[in-house]
Amino acid sequence: MKTPMNKTLLALLALATLGLSQASHASIKIVACEPEWGALAQELAGDKARVYNATSALQDPHHIQARPSLIAAVRDANLTVCTGSELEVGWLPILLRQSGNPAIQPGKPGSFEAASYVHKLEVPTRLDRADGDVHPGGNPHIQTDPRNIGLVADALAQRLAEIDPANAGYYQARHKDFAARWQSAIQRWDKLAAPLRGEAIVVQHKAFPYLENWLGLTEVATLEPKPGVEPTSTHLSEVEALLKQHPARMIVRAAYNDDRASAWLSQRTGIPAVELPFTVGGSDKARDLFGLFDDTIERLLKVTR
Amino acid sequence: MHLRTPLALALALALGPISAFAADDLQQLHQEIEALRQSYESRLSDLEARLKQAEARTEAAQNAVAQQAATPPAAEAPVADGPAAAANAFNPAISLVLSGLYANLSHDPADYRISGFIPGGEIGPGQRGFSLAESELGVYANVDPWFYGGLNFAIHPDDTASAEEAFLQTTALPDGVRIKFGRFFSGIGYLNEQHAHTWDFVDAPLAYQAFLGGQMGDDGVQVKWLLPTDQFLELGAEAGRGRNFPGSDRDQNGLGSATLFAHTGGDIGDSHSWSAGLSWLSTSPRDRQYDDTDLFATPVTNSFDGRSRLWLADFVWKWAPHGNGERVNFKLQGEYFHRNESGDLTYDVNSDSTGSHTDRYRSAQSGGYLQGIYQFMPAWRVGLRYDRLDIGSVNLASNAGNLANSDYKPSKYSLMVDWTPSEFSRVRLQFAQDKSQQGITDNQMFLQYQMSLGAHGAHIF
Repeated sequence: MKTPMNKTLLALLALATLGLSQASHASIKIVACEPEWGALAQELAGDKARVYNATSALQDPHHIQARPSLIAAVRDANLTVCTGSELEVGWLPILLRQSGNPAIQPGKPGSFEAASYVHKLEVPTRLDRADGDVHPGGNPHIQTDPRNIGLVADALAQRLAEIDPANAGYYQARHKDFAARWQSAIQRWDKLAAPLRGEAIVVQHKAFPYLENWLGLTEVATLEPKPGVEPTSTHLSEVEALLKQHPARMIVRAAYNDDRASAWLSQRTGIPAVELPFTVGGSDKARDLFGLFDDTIERLLKVTR
Repeated sequence: MHLRTPLALALALALGPISAFAADDLQQLHQEIEALRQSYESRLSDLEARLKQAEARTEAAQNAVAQQAATPPAAEAPVADGPAAAANAFNPAISLVLSGLYANLSHDPADYRISGFIPGGEIGPGQRGFSLAESELGVYANVDPWFYGGLNFAIHPDDTASAEEAFLQTTALPDGVRIKFGRFFSGIGYLNEQHAHTWDFVDAPLAYQAFLGGQMGDDGVQVKWLLPTDQFLELGAEAGRGRNFPGSDRDQNGLGSATLFAHTGGDIGDSHSWSAGLSWLSTSPRDRQYDDTDLFATPVTNSFDGRSRLWLADFVWKWAPHGNGERVNFKLQGEYFHRNESGDLTYDVNSDSTGSHTDRYRSAQSGGYLQGIYQFMPAWRVGLRYDRLDIGSVNLASNAGNLANSDYKPSKYSLMVDWTPSEFSRVRLQFAQDKSQQGITDNQMFLQYQMSLGAHGAHIF
């Protein structure tokens, strides 16, 4: 009796150790609503996470179809990393409800909203759809300021440790490394972008208040008559007239924007139009978060030279 | 790592009663357990220390935000702190859909019929002139950590109102399982689960009208299971009262309807996505009455008792360049229906004509539609839909002497153009040539508005 018992125990122990060692190598699954958060999650989680990007830089994150592929991805996710502030209100709630995954429902540790960790700009003082596509929590396009990315990284590293405590040390080490590289990059970008301070710009969508805040740019007009409303010829003519009194240095749009409105205005006014990557993957050079801001600043500087 | 204490405990428990165990073995195990415990405790204290560090870092980060911003930081706190304290802070999301219609119909809608198909539910093009189309009030929210629920109240053109949906759905079940109960639109087909305001045409496809009385809603229970596969694959089953066509309300225990369905879908590259499904609906109508005109041109009321089984195949394919449909996009969608009904048909239940007569009835009928919607510039879309039904085989037995049988194939073309200035408003113009009735061509023109107020409704694929 003695020997079989011991063997069973040993087998059990061996199985348990095997299970544990597998658990420590197992990857967590992260669904990022936008590519910038996918890139950040990958920076922090390294090979401990499998990151699925729900959208690309060429898509408007306000308007995404709740496609079957996205539902399937969310179903197995341990963590969703989204912007929040109602940016994804038109599609994420459907994905969450149809996924049947309790771990990533709002309020659960598996639901991470980046915009909760930064100070938001353009918080509306009145809520009325007559004002267009208004976000009650403030402008959601927080990723255009690298300092925001840094704040979100701090919170996301903690969240990763909470979701996957077995690898907490790994995430913290990666975060420490990322934070140091990010801080020095911000200092470099600050220096590079100094000549942009005070420049007036026109934007297609109100997608850049955080960039403007960071670099000291002044927004004089938007091509969209109201947020989320396509540019109309009447409104573009008004902007053209306005620009005669308040000249701007450039017309800025995101990679996913239709280029016709800015091209038309650029041709009429002689003000150069600039397409910014807006997020990771928005241009050839914006391959990661560092490339995103390298390229953004390079493109802005190019037209002011 | 966190599994180790329970493991040690389990081991200790398992070992407790074993008296035959040799003393030296026990001693050895005690030592091992002690070693495990010590290692666990040291890791725990290590983790605690790290947590403290992390907390300190958060505080620092929050302070940094506070310094960076002139106004107080929003970190970790909801932005709108005003209404949070009010009693109505937990009010559900309310959305109101206002819809109205102007219809110009060349044929009197009161005589509307789909030749060869037993009618039921809401069929036909509605009223002539201005009318209120289906306007809906929806109220939805999480009930508690385990349930989500809502009510969708529809106001009909004739000033009646009905609860289209009033359901609860689980939110905390694991492994992709969801259970819905109450009143809801069945998950069969593609279009059936969608509310009228998300349709691409003014009216439901002819096949939906002929086989489901417009849309299949029922009181019952639904289970959906999303499989843990990379490819989207969802299975579903429903059991219900079967109160609506093709079922009928009946005073009986048990189930009046049952459905099974499976849906799958995915992406092809970054510009294409698709979904396809197969569904089955079984109902057992009792005394399902309908109005008809018999071979002697007398209006009569007939009744069907028996079984109705419907197969339904659906697919949809969507295209948008790089998945960005802002400027242009295209959607192709089609569904195919096949229904077998067998049972007893009672002709002229009220003896308005030659007198009541009951005999066997058996039918195998099919139909479907194919539609394409193209957004050719921002806010503007055009769409074309082709509907076709096949009367198939209808065996009236001896009632063939009372009721007409034909091999006519009802069909319909619909062409629409709509303008969507924002995601909350839409105006649509639709022309249709409706040949649902043998010998009659109904030319239809509709002008429709659809506006939604309140909570932002997210739409399914």
